[in-house]
Amino acid sequence: MLRLGDVLLVTLQGDLHDSTAEQLQQDISETIASSSTTGVVIDLSGVEMVDSFLGRVLAEIAAKAGLLAAQTVVAGMRPAVAITLVELGLTLPGLRTALTTEDALGLLAGEASPYRSRGTRRESP
Amino acid sequence: MQTVGCVDARLPIHSDMDLVWVRQHVRQTAAQLGFGLVEQTKLVTAASELARNTLVHGGGGEVEATVLRNGHAPGLRLAFIDEGPGIADLERALSDGYTSGDGLGMGLGGARRLVHEFAVDSSPGNGTTVTVTSWTVRPPRHREEH
Ligand SMILES: Nc1ncnc2c1ncn2[C@@H]1O[C@H](COP(=O)(O)OP(=O)(O)OP(=O)(O)O)[C@@H](O)[C@H]1O
Ligand SMILES: [Mg+2]
Repeated sequence: MLRLGDVLLVTLQGDLHDSTAEQLQQDISETIASSSTTGVVIDLSGVEMVDSFLGRVLAEIAAKAGLLAAQTVVAGMRPAVAITLVELGLTLPGLRTALTTEDALGLLAGEASPYRSRGTRRESP
Repeated sequence: MQTVGCVDARLPIHSDMDLVWVRQHVRQTAAQLGFGLVEQTKLVTAASELARNTLVHGGGGEVEATVLRNGHAPGLRLAFIDEGPGIADLERALSDGYTSGDGLGMGLGGARRLVHEFAVDSSPGNGTTVTVTSWTVRPPRHREEH
């Protein structure tokens, strides 16, 4: 875990044991609770698989962070992992995604500034 | 017609460490057989879901891995076997969101979507065997069975 200002950067690597993932979840929420954190970036670029267990851990990290007023962004998910997650049927509520950690940090920095417009997407009728 | 090979590997499923071994074995075998990256990932993810069900709901068990040749492409068959309580209502267990524990209830139905063939053999008191198969090349669509 790495702290960049008010943002916590967590890099996951390889194949996680269930117990490692649960420990991580606990560590992250303790860190957020005990320090001023506005955002959490979880770098998944080194992760080869997300199943429903890890998906639930990620969703719970985001939910907990949300309660403590911090945004969670998942960065760098591999295309094969993302495709599989969709077919598995996991929607990961509360989790935003970015292509890279840089994008994720930019997203969070953009949101910290109240005058920056939040999006340029336009809804089509 | 497919030629069923003999079981190539039998791995225990008794701890979350075993789940890691199962995933690694499936990943490695699928890569050797020539599965593409997306199909490898799907098969590993399905295996992870089913092995965890064997561990959590079935009280532990094992997985049998079999390499198949059906004439046009190799395939990998995985049978997750336990002697736990069994599944009383399979249709309900397969439906998205149903869990008897505190899971998301996506494992069984999700795993079915991630593989080419999926079968459950289970009855209350007689344990559960979930067998999945994927091929490196998706076989031509079979006629729907009625
Ligand atoms: N091997 C098994 N033995 C007995 N019951 C099983 C087995 N596998 C699945 N089940 C039953 O089917 C239900 C649905 O399984 P599924 O994997 O979809 O969800 P889950 O394991 O409860 O949650 P998760 O989303 O975390 O996988 C389980 O809650 C359980 O009741
Ligand atoms: Mg499950």
